[in-house]
Amino acid sequence: MSVEHVVSFDRRSFMKVATGVITGVIAATSPLAALVPSRAWAVDLGALTDAQGAALLAMIRTIAPHDALDSAAYALVVAALDKDAAASAAVKSDLLTGITTLGVGFAQSPESARIAQLKAIESSAFFQGVRVKTLLVLYNNPIAFAHFGYEGEAFSKGGYLFRGFNDLKWLPEVPLADSGPMPV
Amino acid sequence: MAQFDLNDDSVAVIIGSGAGGGTMAHELTRRGIKVVLLEAGGRLTPADFSQDPGAAFGQLTWLDPRTQSGTWDAAKTSPNMPAWHCKTLGGTTVHWTAATPRLQRYEMEARSTYGDVPGTSLVDWPIDHSELKRWYVLAEKRMGVTRRHGMPGMPACNNFKVMYAGARKIGYKRVHTNYLAINTKARDGRGGCIQQGFCSQGCKTAAKWSTLYTEIPRAEATGHLDLRTRSFATRIEHDVAGRANAVIYRDSQGNEQRQKARLVCVAGNAIETARLLLLSDSARFPKGLANGSDQVGRNYCHHLTSFIWGVFDQPVYAWRGATLAGVVEDENIHNPTRGFVGGYHLELVALDLPTLPLVGMPYGWGRGFTDLIDNYRNLAGMLINGEDMPQANNRITLSSTGKDANGLPVAHIHCDDHPNDIALRNHARQQGTKMYEAIGARQVVTSPGSVATHQMGTARMSKDPSQGVTNPYGRSHEVPNLFMSDGSVLSTPGAANPTLTIVSLALRQAEHITKEMAAGRV
Ligand SMILES: Cc1cc2nc3c(=O)[nH]c(=O)nc-3n(C[C@H](O)[C@H](O)[C@H](O)COP(=O)(O)OP(=O)(O)OC[C@H]3O[C@@H](n4cnc5c(N)ncnc54)[C@H](O)[C@@H]3O)c2cc1C
Ligand code: SF4
Repeated sequence: MSVEHVVSFDRRSFMKVATGVITGVIAATSPLAALVPSRAWAVDLGALTDAQGAALLAMIRTIAPHDALDSAAYALVVAALDKDAAASAAVKSDLLTGITTLGVGFAQSPESARIAQLKAIESSAFFQGVRVKTLLVLYNNPIAFAHFGYEGEAFSKGGYLFRGFNDLKWLPEVPLADSGPMPV
Repeated sequence: MAQFDLNDDSVAVIIGSGAGGGTMAHELTRRGIKVVLLEAGGRLTPADFSQDPGAAFGQLTWLDPRTQSGTWDAAKTSPNMPAWHCKTLGGTTVHWTAATPRLQRYEMEARSTYGDVPGTSLVDWPIDHSELKRWYVLAEKRMGVTRRHGMPGMPACNNFKVMYAGARKIGYKRVHTNYLAINTKARDGRGGCIQQGFCSQGCKTAAKWSTLYTEIPRAEATGHLDLRTRSFATRIEHDVAGRANAVIYRDSQGNEQRQKARLVCVAGNAIETARLLLLSDSARFPKGLANGSDQVGRNYCHHLTSFIWGVFDQPVYAWRGATLAGVVEDENIHNPTRGFVGGYHLELVALDLPTLPLVGMPYGWGRGFTDLIDNYRNLAGMLINGEDMPQANNRITLSSTGKDANGLPVAHIHCDDHPNDIALRNHARQQGTKMYEAIGARQVVTSPGSVATHQMGTARMSKDPSQGVTNPYGRSHEVPNLFMSDGSVLSTPGAANPTLTIVSLALRQAEHITKEMAAGRV
């Protein structure tokens, strides 16, 4: 899933088979404002309804809560699960059954209640499938990189050799005998 | 590049092009020996290496299924992929992080030093430490290892500054930026490290030694190498006298081929090497080729690991810089008063953001889990690399359930932790935790052992043929023209990352093969 799946809310062209949508607005002050096409964003769903998407989003936020991480990153995980479901009837049926077990009020219930509910189904294939997908998608996109401060690949910029690989100043420098010289 | 006939029975066939096989191909061809090199993976160049961690993993990794069992942590943390290595030209030297420590004398005399440790199958190496040391020097000069033979050490990165301060604070003395097969200055036609920290995604500058762009092109330049990529060996055949005489493989089109051979070197990475021998059973070798001792696949070792993360109040930006550029060597000693035999290294490590939650953290979810990631900028990291105990039942067998694309049984890995393994790992976790706490870490998190990246011991060298598979030259005790040229031959694992030892042994084996060929003994 890449950030291209998060599209401008106004300009998005509904997918022909879109069954649901997740939307959000990114704060003007967020560094993400530069990463996404528009501050008002949307992720179209091909297999899930709005309510199902919202339930999954709440589940993913409970599994991996980062209060200040924009919902757009979480929506990418929903989009990835939705894509798998759209591609396989069996996957879709398992996913929908799983979402049903969460119950109707899940997305609106407080975090403590959501945790208790998920604890009870922790060993299920549904829970573990959503958990693993969360780990795979939530931290591997530009929104997460910007949020957590990860700078990613640096080959295109000449590495970190002259861009801060040794800029830590709150501890003493290492004697040359135990390290090595900067290349000339 | 040379092309040899399938019926040319004067060629040496090498299976696998990684640390062992790639080195062997260069060593034999430069002496004028004709070599057919079979590699299951395809050929990439540094320009092809993806800079998306997920895509890079898919591009390089051996993804054929495996099955597994046992009490080791990987059964829980990495059930579908208990072991990690490459399927690509250059093997796992494309992925590796290039730490190149030497084994210590006590480690090569493990059985004598540690005594009779119940439940283990410890042996002494059939080679003396001083003999191996001679080859270490040659291998280090070949690969270009920092802090050795005039190659400058790595400059200290941020993550290492934290390791260093913590280690010194609790009294450790042997702490430095590690021995690494990474150019710190231009050398051997390759540039210096630019500290980009994508060592495990394939080094795009080629500062890091890999057979892909060192040994293999040099072997090609001799005119004696016939390199066949996307060629998967499925069986080694033998003649009536019990000598290996041909290798069956699937070529890049999926067709079965049979290459005749004067001798065969197997270097498929210890797990696949054992699997190939087991797949090559016959009336004469009913338990698998070269397996009269029933030792093929047994004594599998993988090194004890655990990540240790320190959370600090100020930023570290640990991902900037060569991944493994730091080590604490003080615990690489034998001192049973610590409650275990053998020792360990504490190595510097950082993981990119996508990889951290996948392999670097204990299982969990919710706020306890995400706290650590919230502090990603402020994390310092290290990785334990400890000596694990060989056990007869920690072994590779042919899976009864898993099959590969050719319909052949995949490798099944069974691995139980020995009590010594558990005691060693706990000690290392405590020491690492002390280091970070001594310099003000807010929190320290240790992970369970994760996916195995060092595969060793499955065709180990032994003085007594009943205790191993190969002699002191990695030559089969039973099949005189069959050699193992990879991590499978390590008699015991020690605490040293294995690749320098694999390369040193390959250099030594190549000289042995050359002499034996000249003398008409192989
Ligand atoms: C992420 C990572 C980091 C590492 N870091 C370090 C480190 O810092 N220091 C260190 O010492 N070690 C490190 N290692 C381990 C190191 O890479 C291995 O020890 C080393 O490469 C093993 O060499 P080998 O020759 O046994 O096998 P490999 O290098 O794995 O080569 C085996 C090759 O054989 C091929 N093959 C297998 N079976 C067949 C077949 N049947 N037919 C044809 N081809 C076949 C495979 O495709 C592969 O290319 C690391 C490993 C990983 C995964
Ligand atoms: S840190 Fe150095 S060795 Fe590692 S990938 Fe970058 S340039 Fe290569």
